Amino acid sequence: MVKALNLALHQEMERDPDVLVVGEDVGVDGGVFRVTEDLHRTFGSKRVIDSPLAEAAIVGASVGMALYGLKPVCEIQFSGFAFQCFHQIENHCARYRARSQGRFHLPMVIRMPFGGGVRALEHHTESEEQFYAHIPGLKMVVPSGARNARALLAAAIRDPDPVVFFEHKALYHAAKEEVPDEPETLPLGRAQVVRAGRDLTLVAWGAMTRVAREAADVLAAEDRVECEVIDLLTIAPLDRETLVASVARTGRAVVVHEAPKSFGPGAEIVATLVDGAFVSLEAPVARVTGYDVAFAGFAREKAVIPDVARVVAACRETLAF
Amino acid sequence: MPRTVLEPRFQVEYLSILDSDGRLDAALEPALAPAQLQELHRAMVLGRRLDERMLRLQRQGRIGTFAPIKGQEASQLGAAFTLRRTDWMVPSFRETAAMVWRGWPIERILLFFAGYLEGGQPAPDQRDLPVTIPVATQLPHAVGLAYAAQYRGDDVVVMAFFGDGATSEGDFHEAANFAGVWHVPVVFVCQNNQWAISVPLKKQTHSRTLAQKALAYGMPGVQVDGNDVLAVYAVAQEAVDRARAGDGPTLIECVTYRLGVHTTADDPTKYRSPEEVAAWEKKDPLTRFAAYLKKKGLLEDGLEAAVDAEIAAAVARFEAVGPADPLTIFDHVYAELPPDLKAQREALAERLHQGAPEPHTPGQPSPPMRGQRQPRR
Repeated sequence: MVKALNLALHQEMERDPDVLVVGEDVGVDGGVFRVTEDLHRTFGSKRVIDSPLAEAAIVGASVGMALYGLKPVCEIQFSGFAFQCFHQIENHCARYRARSQGRFHLPMVIRMPFGGGVRALEHHTESEEQFYAHIPGLKMVVPSGARNARALLAAAIRDPDPVVFFEHKALYHAAKEEVPDEPETLPLGRAQVVRAGRDLTLVAWGAMTRVAREAADVLAAEDRVECEVIDLLTIAPLDRETLVASVARTGRAVVVHEAPKSFGPGAEIVATLVDGAFVSLEAPVARVTGYDVAFAGFAREKAVIPDVARVVAACRETLAF
Repeated sequence: MPRTVLEPRFQVEYLSILDSDGRLDAALEPALAPAQLQELHRAMVLGRRLDERMLRLQRQGRIGTFAPIKGQEASQLGAAFTLRRTDWMVPSFRETAAMVWRGWPIERILLFFAGYLEGGQPAPDQRDLPVTIPVATQLPHAVGLAYAAQYRGDDVVVMAFFGDGATSEGDFHEAANFAGVWHVPVVFVCQNNQWAISVPLKKQTHSRTLAQKALAYGMPGVQVDGNDVLAVYAVAQEAVDRARAGDGPTLIECVTYRLGVHTTADDPTKYRSPEEVAAWEKKDPLTRFAAYLKKKGLLEDGLEAAVDAEIAAAVARFEAVGPADPLTIFDHVYAELPPDLKAQREALAERLHQGAPEPHTPGQPSPPMRGQRQPRR
């Protein structure tokens, strides 16, 4: 996925001279995860900016650039550090279009690595998509693999509104996937059905999409149950139509996410299904999530991050209801 | 291994041209044409009279809470006067006089403080950001605007306003640091009015000046008598010229005083003495500038009446604005309304169609405030 994201950045910067990259270590070093590798060499230090170490000014200065008409792609080195710029994101990124009644809009992307499972310390393993998904005016995007990461990042850069773009660290160097040379985009706000099925709907995103698909394989092999798997791709605005249409057919759903359970994105998805597919529901919608603890430390995180066994168990309970 | 001095001793300049009695240091007098001096004076008088009018509008419940500028006319107008139309102004929330000078229609400012979203919309060709309320958070935006202007090769200077309290915020320091490192054409104008609501400057910082904070970020910092419009103008012009020439940012500390309340929800008698206020009233920026203009024979007859008429006309236009249409809250959330928001909009439209709730019209008393009993419907 690192190479795919890098390709998207290269191609979008070639395509549009207004696209800039700004963040800590994004220039000469190419980013701590190498997502911005070689951009500095190709486009120079005016367009690929090694900024001082200050999240609020990285986002705040990007707001200023976007107000001027540029399209900054800024990087927060880890999503756990974004609370130092959360005020800029909530107070300004999300609001400038409304505050200025359309006189200004902010075509900017805030990239952040997130998620656990990479044996990392506190503030390097969390999932915080719910904070951004809750904010009107923002879009919240989470790719699940190389090809959709590239297409979604290109779409996010071209989008006229601010996009918070989460990249799961466990996917950076996960399974290889062909990515076409020709630029491609995917529409924001649209989920994908990545596995068709009639018995139960699994909803996931980021690294959990793979877990959900593997759970579906297990259930097909061992229980002769066909699960439909929805890869959300965009958390906000939420593609309620795809979710409701699927559950209207299957009557059962399990939501999988790494973030803590309470008030997490899963709660909004359950509410959506209750609103839109109430008469079709055959069982309560289950959630397989992180526990409601601040962090677990990587020596214990295997017990916290949803895995295939937990998802399979939740599906079996839902099917047996 | 001896102890060595790494950083040379620094100096912070303080500039005053026109003292509180209107005495002029002729050697420092800026070269402003008579018409410019009159324009500047008119803007200051307008700022003061508008402030007074807004206080009455607020007391009558016709606008909501706002932050009066009384006493700070010279600080903000002396600085904003140096900008071109093509430059950018980034305000905080106490720059009403400078905003009017920059071309914000008075009625739009009144709409803003009457709770209308329309009040935050700059004209299409206007290079001004709307009011920013969270303290100091607008300063990184100024740096980004300036970076973008430099990137595009545009001849643009960005001027950002903030108060003494803002210099304690992280965003001030981050913005100043970025501006220094990126060497961008920004002028930071701190209106040090001595009070951040109830907290005096001595509890805000242990620095002798606020201007010296610039030095750590590798840019010049200068302190100026903020009630002396000629001195503020002179210092700001130097900073703007330096920025325009590609010589980077400047921090200006205008030493001034908030003669009125922090906002209309504030009671300053709780935390400061009438003697202190009286002492600063003697340093009123308007009095001394009027004395200076009188000596030059430039004081206009009937200026206050003319300004009042302009304000009255704007208030009339403000009050003629129809009720706020609740449905427009959905117009500027995203470029395109997502399906869910479309449904929410339709639900509100349906509810409005059925006759609820009553729309709010400017010029009418505001809805009940906290603690007031709301009548049953």
